[in-house]
Amino acid sequence: MQLRVRALETVLAEKGYLDPAALDQIIEAYETKIGPHNGARIVAKAWTDPAFKHRLLQDATEAVRALGHESRVGDHLTAVENTREVHNIVVCTLCSCYPWEMLGLPPVWYKSAPYRSRTVKDPRGVLADFGVTLPKDTEVRVWDSTAETRYLVLPMRPGGTEGWSEEKLAELVNRDSMIGTGLASQPGKAS
Amino acid sequence: MGAIDPAAARRATEAVPSIPRDAEGPVFKEPWEAQAFAMALALHERGVFTWPEWATTLGDEIKRAQTAGDPDTGETYYHHWLNALERLVAEKGLAERATLARYHDAWDHAADRTPHGTPIELRPEDFRD
Repeated sequence: MQLRVRALETVLAEKGYLDPAALDQIIEAYETKIGPHNGARIVAKAWTDPAFKHRLLQDATEAVRALGHESRVGDHLTAVENTREVHNIVVCTLCSCYPWEMLGLPPVWYKSAPYRSRTVKDPRGVLADFGVTLPKDTEVRVWDSTAETRYLVLPMRPGGTEGWSEEKLAELVNRDSMIGTGLASQPGKAS
Repeated sequence: MGAIDPAAARRATEAVPSIPRDAEGPVFKEPWEAQAFAMALALHERGVFTWPEWATTLGDEIKRAQTAGDPDTGETYYHHWLNALERLVAEKGLAERATLARYHDAWDHAADRTPHGTPIELRPEDFRD
C-alpha cells in the first residue's frame, strides 16, 4: 500500500498535478485543526442564538460560511434538528459522504457495511447498539448523505444548562450526537 | 429523550461486533492512508474530478471489494479509497496504470537497497525497464 501511494504521489508530482507540500498541509489540518470541535461550536451557537439557529436550519452552508468555515468539499450542508418529536440519524449508504469540515474524518463504523445497511432498515436497532433509547413516539428520520448534500444533526440541548456560555455548551456536543448515533452529553458527564 | 449512560453505551456497542467503533482519536491508521486521503482532496481542488464522480467511483470500488469477499468493516476503507484514486487518475488521463506499476517497482527497489532507518529516495537506477 505504502509503495502504491508513493508511486502515485511521485508520478502526479513529477507531472505537476500535485504539490507534496500542499498534501502535508492538508494532512496536518485534518489531524490537528479539523475535527468534531468545529461542529460542536456551531451546535452550541445554535443553542444560544435563535437567529443563528434559524439561519442554520434554513441554509447551513451559508450559516457556517459566515462563521469562517469555508467548505473545501464544495457541497451543500444541511442541518437537521432533533426534538422531542423527531430524532435524526445520518448515514451514507453508498460510501462515506460526511461533513468533513464540521466533524473531521468519519469514524470507522460510519464506513462499515453493517452501519450503512442497517441504519436504513433498522435505525432504532442501530441506535440501541449505540446505547440510545428514544421514547416510543419519537419519530426516527434517516438521512442518506450524497456527494452533494451532507448532514449535520443539531442535537437537543441537555436540561440543566440554562445560562451556560457557548464554550461550556460546546463541551457537551460530542461527535456521535452530530451524526445522530448519540445524544449530547449531560452536564457533569461531558466526555 | 431517553437517558443515556456513556459507559453503558460503550459497553453495549463493544459487545456488538457488527458495527466497529473507534475513539475520537487520530483518524489515519498508517501514513499512507493520510497521503491517499490528501491526494484526493488536492486533485479535486485542481478540478480533476467532481465529488459526485468521486463518490460513484469509491462506492463502486467498495461494492467490488464486497463481491470479492472483503468484510467491508471500515478497516479496509482506505484500500478502496486508493483503488478509486488510481482508477480515476487513469480514467482522467493523468497517469497510466503501467506508469504507476513502473514507479511502484522502482520504489520497491529503492526500499530494498536503503539501509533501515535511512530515508528512502528514488534514484534513476531504481528504474529497471
